[in-house]
Amino acid sequence: MALRESPLRAAHAASGATFTEFGGWEMPVEFESIHTEHASVRESVGKFDVSHMGEIEVSGPDAAALLDRLTTNDVTALDPGTAQYAMITDSRGTILDDTVVYRLPEWHDTGYLFVPNAGHDGETTTRWESHREEWALDATVENRTDDYAMIAVQGPDAAALLAGAVGDPGAGDVRELPRFGTTGETIADAACLVSRTGYTGEDGFEVVAPAREAGPVWDALDCQPCGLGARDTLRIEMGFLLSGQDFDPEENPRTPYEADVAFAVDLGTEFVGRDALARAKDTGVAERLVGFALDERGVPRAGYDIVDPDDADGTIADGAAPGSTTAESTTVGGEVIGTVTSGTVSPTLGEPIGLGYVPIEYAKPGTEIAVAIRGEPKEARVRATPFVDG
Amino acid sequence: MSFEIPDELGYLTTHEWARRENGTVRVGVSDFAQDELGDVVFVEFPETGEELTREAEFGVVESIKAVSDLYTPVSGTVADTNDALLDVPELVNDDPYGEGWMIEVEPADESEFEDLLSAEEYREQIE
Repeated sequence: MALRESPLRAAHAASGATFTEFGGWEMPVEFESIHTEHASVRESVGKFDVSHMGEIEVSGPDAAALLDRLTTNDVTALDPGTAQYAMITDSRGTILDDTVVYRLPEWHDTGYLFVPNAGHDGETTTRWESHREEWALDATVENRTDDYAMIAVQGPDAAALLAGAVGDPGAGDVRELPRFGTTGETIADAACLVSRTGYTGEDGFEVVAPAREAGPVWDALDCQPCGLGARDTLRIEMGFLLSGQDFDPEENPRTPYEADVAFAVDLGTEFVGRDALARAKDTGVAERLVGFALDERGVPRAGYDIVDPDDADGTIADGAAPGSTTAESTTVGGEVIGTVTSGTVSPTLGEPIGLGYVPIEYAKPGTEIAVAIRGEPKEARVRATPFVDG
Repeated sequence: MSFEIPDELGYLTTHEWARRENGTVRVGVSDFAQDELGDVVFVEFPETGEELTREAEFGVVESIKAVSDLYTPVSGTVADTNDALLDVPELVNDDPYGEGWMIEVEPADESEFEDLLSAEEYREQIE
């Protein structure tokens, strides 16, 4: 199957970007260097083409009810021009995807927009339509992913840059837009939706622009272009989840409590998965996502085993200590207790950091764990996220 | 894009270079390799005294994007390692033929150097 392409693809290719496959899309992974791009966002400002993100519009009298019953947060609490982070769960409470739900400004014809992750737009639209039929709700659901480009402008100088790029600040000064606020602005003569949201931990905005006008908007937001490589290192430093990697309904089914995003769940609302999650909350989790940093050199990567450090020195395999489960021992001699789901060397800290699931008794910051890298246990310690102050 | 491929070095198809210096052979990765890898964040190589066999793995270089094995251009004994890379791995990006070198080998058989790709042959491979 052919990969989907951003309307900005040709412009990226002309500027020397290298590309990668991501969620069925061919997207730029690197423009200059991941370190340069990462630093520009932490220190000044950078822009990302995130047109692989889905855009689904929901309108009509029951739009809020439909969204409220399919996402974990309280959609009815949204005022016009505000947005919230939420999970999409199935009836068992397993996370299918995470999303941002926007209640559009009052002047907008459409009531709501929500943004599922790359490659999820088709199945999510179907999910919304089939539940609308099942519940006999009056709402229009439209997958607009191919009609829009999405550009994230992130960094401490993002507000100043965006204010300069906005032609006529008809809907107000973007510098005054609150966090998770959303408004309409004109950039390079294109009508755009501008939201104070992002995935980097820095101040910043995400701009939804008509696909055919994406080029001039991208050019008007004149700063360091950044690829998916820097997007990943920036979000890992914040401990932000990546759909399909830090949770995945097939490969790594997790509840929001296991994924440590309880703040995005409002059990006071009725949604698919609510009852299962209420029970899960009462029971408590057996495993939870934690941040960790290596005390040794190395690069933790998704899929590596997290092992118990007490029997991970490679010597225990012979004279196994009482109570140790040698049957589950790996080549490194340590019992596998979990899995790394994301990892990198933090460009900001210069330290190897990662995210992974561990039994709850290992989840406290400071707890010693080890990560098996090419058969060698590397000492690591659980650390509270974010790793870096956003 | 054009890459620096010094004429006096020998190369492997796997992008390692080898340079003869006063009886030893210094080894690193090419300008092309460092560019393909992107920001190098970790290098792992053998200790001094270890025996290496031509075209066998001698270590690993990791960038943010990728993990890549390193292969031995000429058989011999590890005479020295560039320990500066442990703390400053980005030297591989900044100066792949200079400060970004990785190991020095005392060759078991100098004639093996003749089996390496010439700069011209290596350039043809990456173009």
